[in-house]
Amino acid sequence: MTTPNLEVSQLSIAFGQGSSRVEVVKQANFGIGKGESYGLIGESGCGKSTILRAVAGLNPDYEGALLIDGFELPRRRSKEFFRKVQMVFQDPYASLHPRKMVQNVLIEPLQIMGLDRRQERIDTILSDVGLDQSFRFRFPHELSGGQRQRIAIARALIVEPELVLLDEPTSALDVSVQAEILNLLNRLRRERGLTYLMVSHDIAVVAHMCDRVAIMKDGRILEKLTPEQLRNGAVSEAYTSDFLAASAPAVVRAG
Amino acid sequence: MTDISSPPRSGSLGTWLRDPNPTSPLQARLHQSWRMWRKLRRNGSALLGLAILLVIALAALFAPLLATHDIFAQDLGNRLALPSGEHWFGTDELGRDIYSRLLYGARITLYIAGLTAVISAPIGLLVGAVSGYFGGWVDTVMMRVTEIFLAFPSLVLALAFVSALGPGINNAIIAISLTAWPPIARLARAETLIIRRSDYISAVRLQGASALRIIARHVVPMCLPSVIARVTLNMASIILSAAGLGFLGLGAQPPSPEWGAMLSSARQFILSNGFVAAAPGMAILLTSIAFNLVGDGLRDVLDPRHD
Repeated sequence: MTTPNLEVSQLSIAFGQGSSRVEVVKQANFGIGKGESYGLIGESGCGKSTILRAVAGLNPDYEGALLIDGFELPRRRSKEFFRKVQMVFQDPYASLHPRKMVQNVLIEPLQIMGLDRRQERIDTILSDVGLDQSFRFRFPHELSGGQRQRIAIARALIVEPELVLLDEPTSALDVSVQAEILNLLNRLRRERGLTYLMVSHDIAVVAHMCDRVAIMKDGRILEKLTPEQLRNGAVSEAYTSDFLAASAPAVVRAG
Repeated sequence: MTDISSPPRSGSLGTWLRDPNPTSPLQARLHQSWRMWRKLRRNGSALLGLAILLVIALAALFAPLLATHDIFAQDLGNRLALPSGEHWFGTDELGRDIYSRLLYGARITLYIAGLTAVISAPIGLLVGAVSGYFGGWVDTVMMRVTEIFLAFPSLVLALAFVSALGPGINNAIIAISLTAWPPIARLARAETLIIRRSDYISAVRLQGASALRIIARHVVPMCLPSVIARVTLNMASIILSAAGLGFLGLGAQPPSPEWGAMLSSARQFILSNGFVAAAPGMAILLTSIAFNLVGDGLRDVLDPRHD
């Protein structure tokens, strides 16, 4: 493997001061190759989303190093970073500005990045995420959850990033819509050669989406698995097998 | 207005407005306004307030046409006359027609209320949004300054400013504006504290937007509805402050037909000839109520959480 697209090295994140200080992430290490899809999985509160927010630059208070293409990221992220790395949030009802038309949501990153052919890019990205042109002038409250998440994906991809951070992109959606969004994400990764870092508590989702999986508990990465190991239950940690047993039907379904 | 409030016609304008798939940004915006108007239309008291305000605005606008007498013409032989066909609301202590003076007074009142809102709302919005978004020492400094302004009763503060600047309508406006912005700043800050933690602000930060851009384009539009509602509700107290300053002789000066000043000069006759004070008093009361009703309605309609 050449230089990984994203490398997380000795990452520790703590909140609070003094006696109320809580270490949420403890010395996490992993690397993601170009075009790979990497899953972080664990119970809620295990620190997986915190890692994602640190990578995105939303939380600059971390120890350790984050490297993109072998270069360490500064604490204050640059515009160039945001062209390479984008994020899709968990709740599409919260991640779209309630007062902004779809067209304005999509045109803003293009304005900030100073990209040209704006209308053309919006046309392309809308059809890529499976929405027709009639959605251009709609407001978020006129869209369903799945449609909102498609817009959020379009907003992340319109600047043509290489690495996309997915923070439980389907957990706020209906089961029937979840599969559509996951298939859309898979197709976009194939077509655009994207790298994914996906956070989820749903083993079925991760098994469907990811090439490699890391299991987290209490801020530590317990072990790293392949989807096959995940399905076969070939794990070494007791916690992992408990975790898998609790979600067994889901894994079997996904297999 | 009658044209819009009539039941939705099957005509092209109605269908165009209600089209769920707008084909242009303008149509999409009008579609939203149309939805808001329909929400407001269901709110009877807000409509009543709006109607009263409309009447007052029209009275102010067409005062020269509607007035029956010269507002400065004294007729000492006919002072403190009761309402009659000649003088609809009677005459004041100098024999001037109260009805005509009220019409011109509406101009002054709306001028004061409007200008105060235009001055204080942007200041409050800016201070609140900047303070709430940045937090830290920026927040501390700005909020302490705001609290100093809040610590004084607004009329007392306005009195102090007017006595420093000298009496007059424009100085009254400046003084009232200085006391009107802090509550708006507090409100905008509280809204901003919630907004800045939301995912859509994180998302735009991830697009590399500058703080200025985020505040101006993303935070302020979300604060705006509650600020507009709050300012409308504040209009009542602004009008009362203006009338209070006029009453104390520090706002509009006689012979200006400002309602508070009219009330002030009618005070001496309030026991013997109560109607002289009744007309400007009722005008102040009605205008304040109307602004309150409209403000309440706007709060319901504009609040993004009620979508």
